[in-house]
This record gives sequence, C-alpha cells and structure tokens, in this order.
Amino acid sequence: MSTPATHGTEGAGTLVAVWAALVALTATLVAVIRYAPGNPGIVATMVITPTKAALVFWFFMHLREEGRAIRYFLFAGLLTVIVFVGLMMLDYGLR
Amino acid sequence: MTGAAAVAASPHRDDVRSRMGMWLFLLTEFLLFGGLFVAYAAYRSIHRVEFHHAGAELNALLGVGNTVVLLTSSLTVALGVHALRSGRDREAPLWSCATILLAFVFLAVKAVEWSVKYEHGLFPGKPALAALPAGERLFFGLYFATTGLHALHVIAGAVVLAVAASLIARGRITPDAPVIAENAGLYWHLVDVIWIVILPLFYLAA
Repeated sequence: MSTPATHGTEGAGTLVAVWAALVALTATLVAVIRYAPGNPGIVATMVITPTKAALVFWFFMHLREEGRAIRYFLFAGLLTVIVFVGLMMLDYGLR
Repeated sequence: MTGAAAVAASPHRDDVRSRMGMWLFLLTEFLLFGGLFVAYAAYRSIHRVEFHHAGAELNALLGVGNTVVLLTSSLTVALGVHALRSGRDREAPLWSCATILLAFVFLAVKAVEWSVKYEHGLFPGKPALAALPAGERLFFGLYFATTGLHALHVIAGAVVLAVAASLIARGRITPDAPVIAENAGLYWHLVDVIWIVILPLFYLAA
C-alpha cells in the first residue's frame, strides 16, 4: 500500500523573497548589535533569531503544509530546550 | 491483474510517515545542539565579562559571511525540491550541486577561521588558551565543540545531498516520489537553522 506525498509546491518567487528577508534580518541584527549594544542588541537577538528560524521552518521546510503531529514534534523540541534553559537560569538565580 | 498481484507489483511507499520519521530524527539533532546551547547559557550567566572578551577574538565578518552562504544554500536546496516537485527532474540535481559547492565554501571559510585561531594559540591544547581566564577557556571550548559538531553536520548534509542528486539523475527519485530528496533537504535546512542560532551566541557575543 502506498501513501503518496500530498505536498503542494512553493513558488520560486516566494522562496527567493524568503531568502532576501533572511539576509535582511541578518543585516538588521548585525547593525543593531554593532550600533546599539546592550539591551537593544539582546532584544534584537531574541526577536530576530527565532523569526529567521521560523521563516526557514515555515517556508523552506514546508512546515505550513505539514499536519499537526509534525508541528507538535517541533513545538515539543523547542519547549524542551526552553524549559532546560529556564530551569537552569532559575537554579543559578536562586543560589 | 489480481488485487494481490497489484500489491506485490507496487513498491511499498508511505511518504507521510517517511517525513514524520525525518522530523523525529531532526528533533533529536535539535536536542543534541540544544544541550550545547544550555551549557552556553549556563556558563555565560556565570562568566558574562569573559564571554564578552572572548567573543571579541572571533571574526564577526567571517561568521556573518558564512551565514549568508548557508542561507543561500538553503535557498538552492528549496529551489531544487521545487524543481523536482514541478516535474523538472533534470534541473533538480544542478541545484544540489550548487548547494554542495556552497557547503565547500562554508567549510573553507571555517578552515581559514580555525587556522587563524591555531596560529594565535587559541586552540585546544595550546598554552596560550590554557593561560586565559576560566570563562574565556569555556567560551572557546564551547565554540570549538559547537562549530566543529556543526561542520560535521555540513559534511554529512553535503554527502546526503550528493546521494539524493545521484538518485534523481538515475531516475530512482522522481517528481511523483520526491520524498527522499525532500528529507535530504529537510536535513540541510536544519543545519542552516542551527547556524542561525550559533551566529549571535558566538560571533556577535562581543
């Protein structure tokens, strides 16, 4: 029995636009950290890095075409790392 | 042809579960690097100033340049999968070759970067590194471990893409059954995502 792929095709123009957005976000991150170090740089890192990763997941890795199970896998992985970091920071913070 | 003969004649194929298995594997890869990122967060919270000083030793221009190289390689992989899905199976291997070329560029830049660190003595086992404060030693330890593990993934990804390109060229992967090429692409994109996280942690840490 075969279960063929049901994926559609992402337009080449969309893929190039996503790549341009990724490069622009990288340039923005570098500029903010270079010219506004400290809190603005930290905020830019916390916002731009997950945004870039989300663009790759959503468009290049076709996450938006996948079912809920695969989205849950990804969410579980991200949540695990966030919980690890959070618990570790709590541990150091309360010592 | 009877029903049983039809089942025997058609190869078993389950694209949905194939992709699900690949995503599960990618999850384990993400958690592998996640452990290193947790270690980075822990040591940075303790050695904030040393991490800042050590980060200034890295060449941010090379790090950003390699980011653009990897982002572009992700685009070429995505365009290759797009070409395959659109029925242009002769074009798809060319995009894989472009990606492999970009992988070599990435590794060459990485080799230059590491060799400069070696010449400056900032390399595991060198006295100059051992003489640095504990926080800076930890930064460079994490830097070499994380970027070294990532470079191994780049090499593995290039090999996987080369195999996929060969299978497409030989007609073993077709526009009707592209899941192996799609999964190879997924692996490469994850390598790209991991580098997206590495860039601000190490190269922009100063």
